[in-house]
Amino acid sequence: MSLDTATVRRIAKLARIRVDDAEVATLQTELNSILGYVEQLNEVNVDGVEPLTGGAQMAMRLREDVRTDGEIAEKILANAPDRVDHFFAVPKVVE
Amino acid sequence: MTIAEAGAALAAKKISAVELTAAHNAAIAVLNPRLNAYITATPELALTQAQAADARIAAGGAGALTGIPLAIKDLFCTAGSRTTAASNILRPFVPPYESTVTQQLLDAGAVFLGKANLDEFAMGSANITSAYGTVENPWKRNGSDAKLVPGGSSGGSAAAVAARLALGATGTDTGGSIRQPASFTGLAGIKPTYGRCSRYGIIAFSSSLDQAGPIARTVEDCAILLQAMAGFDAKDSTSAERAVPDFRAAVKGGVKGKKIGIPAEYRTDGMSPEILRLWEQGVAWLKAEGAEIREISLPHTKYGLPVYYIVAPAEASSNLARYDGVRFGARVDGEDLIDMYERTRAAGFGAEVKRRIMIGTYVLSAGYYDAYYLKAQKVRALILRDFQTAFADVDAILTPTAPSAAFGLGEKMGDPVTMYLNDVFTVPASLAGVPAMSVPAGLSAEGLPLGLQVIGKHFDEETVLSVSAALERAAGFSALPTIRAGVSA
Repeated sequence: MSLDTATVRRIAKLARIRVDDAEVATLQTELNSILGYVEQLNEVNVDGVEPLTGGAQMAMRLREDVRTDGEIAEKILANAPDRVDHFFAVPKVVE
Repeated sequence: MTIAEAGAALAAKKISAVELTAAHNAAIAVLNPRLNAYITATPELALTQAQAADARIAAGGAGALTGIPLAIKDLFCTAGSRTTAASNILRPFVPPYESTVTQQLLDAGAVFLGKANLDEFAMGSANITSAYGTVENPWKRNGSDAKLVPGGSSGGSAAAVAARLALGATGTDTGGSIRQPASFTGLAGIKPTYGRCSRYGIIAFSSSLDQAGPIARTVEDCAILLQAMAGFDAKDSTSAERAVPDFRAAVKGGVKGKKIGIPAEYRTDGMSPEILRLWEQGVAWLKAEGAEIREISLPHTKYGLPVYYIVAPAEASSNLARYDGVRFGARVDGEDLIDMYERTRAAGFGAEVKRRIMIGTYVLSAGYYDAYYLKAQKVRALILRDFQTAFADVDAILTPTAPSAAFGLGEKMGDPVTMYLNDVFTVPASLAGVPAMSVPAGLSAEGLPLGLQVIGKHFDEETVLSVSAALERAAGFSALPTIRAGVSA
């Protein structure tokens, strides 16, 4: 399977990464090289094999549904590129 | 000097923590402009920590690492110290909290010399994708001054320890990022079992694979560091609720009667003769120390890399979605919110990170999820099964760490897949979640260090350490890098 330039642009859009026309051709070659490499997995018979989702050999741990932290708005906002009072600020979304 | 030796000298008050730290700060000031092993050196903070360490030693309350100066991979959040993940997108980021692993090291009394360089978001095998510049390997080929890569992604950690700019370092390993740089720089490095060290506060790349571990000069030093780094943490949902064994004691365990597996599938076509010779030498050493050697099969080995290059980018594309210019990091303004996201991420991420995010986005997208991601997860299950089958018969597995010695800056860069092949021997253990260690075992014909890898059962780092220590004793590796503190600048 080989990606065309339209698909490369669509992936970039989904990934929210702006790409210019010059980058599309390079990305197309590189992504196709990687996808070509992983094609070899098609040789493997995986009938009846359960997918392995995680690295941990254990069931997910549950904890009490209680508050463990909080009242640290200033710490959380300290790295914000833009803020207004105790809120993250972004460009206007609704006209 | 090793961590074990420095610890003894500190305890005997033959040297003070301030003296030890000041010497390292001075060496960093001289050599770091060339090697670029640290993105951010923190000499004043280190001296403050060293003063506290001396006070603690004087009061008789010293921990295992009190006064030991370390490099911290710049992927671990350190409260109040800038943490970049070697990315432009985190250039202004100062974490308001400490990672669990670094907190445990601080609690043990360690001194942090600074934040070590790495591949951007730990994506790379040569430390050439950092937004803060490449790292130079302190080792040189015989009679050549050509710049070599230190391996990656923990390349700055490895270069710092090799060049004597730290006694030890933290690393993280997702597909070989501790073991391969350790091999390239003549050091020991262990990726423990997935779940052994908390991932809390480690900037996430591929969450089902990422594991923290140490890089140091000896197997014993790795054991001392791992002792402090490991342990259950409620803040990481995949942290293992298990007691941490005495790793330092395990180093002295020996290999008498241990069954060591030699996997046929690691003998790849085109494996360099010197790597093959080193591997055979390792087998002979272990046999001489009383181990029993068994031929084993890990039939799905060759599918490790293709599985990895689906699973890791898929998880990365999800983990890196958080870098949107809203809550932390750099922002590039745009015409509207979406445009702001796209410009921020285009400017903030480097080429390799963009490639992996895009591959990950594609393999998770509607219509392709089953063909790529689900398929890869199923083959990953078969790779785990290979190891489980093998470990029914053997206690540990011996392989080379990497297919080559350190290569030159600018080599293997034509095509991303060529670079990915560096991880061919390290990725399978990552996918299975089992512990694995690289130990320096010899020099290439060109005078560069080569490592052997010991892979163990889940949560059996003790056997990994005892087998690695046996190899270390037999190899008697004593070569030193060309560029190191006090020798050359």
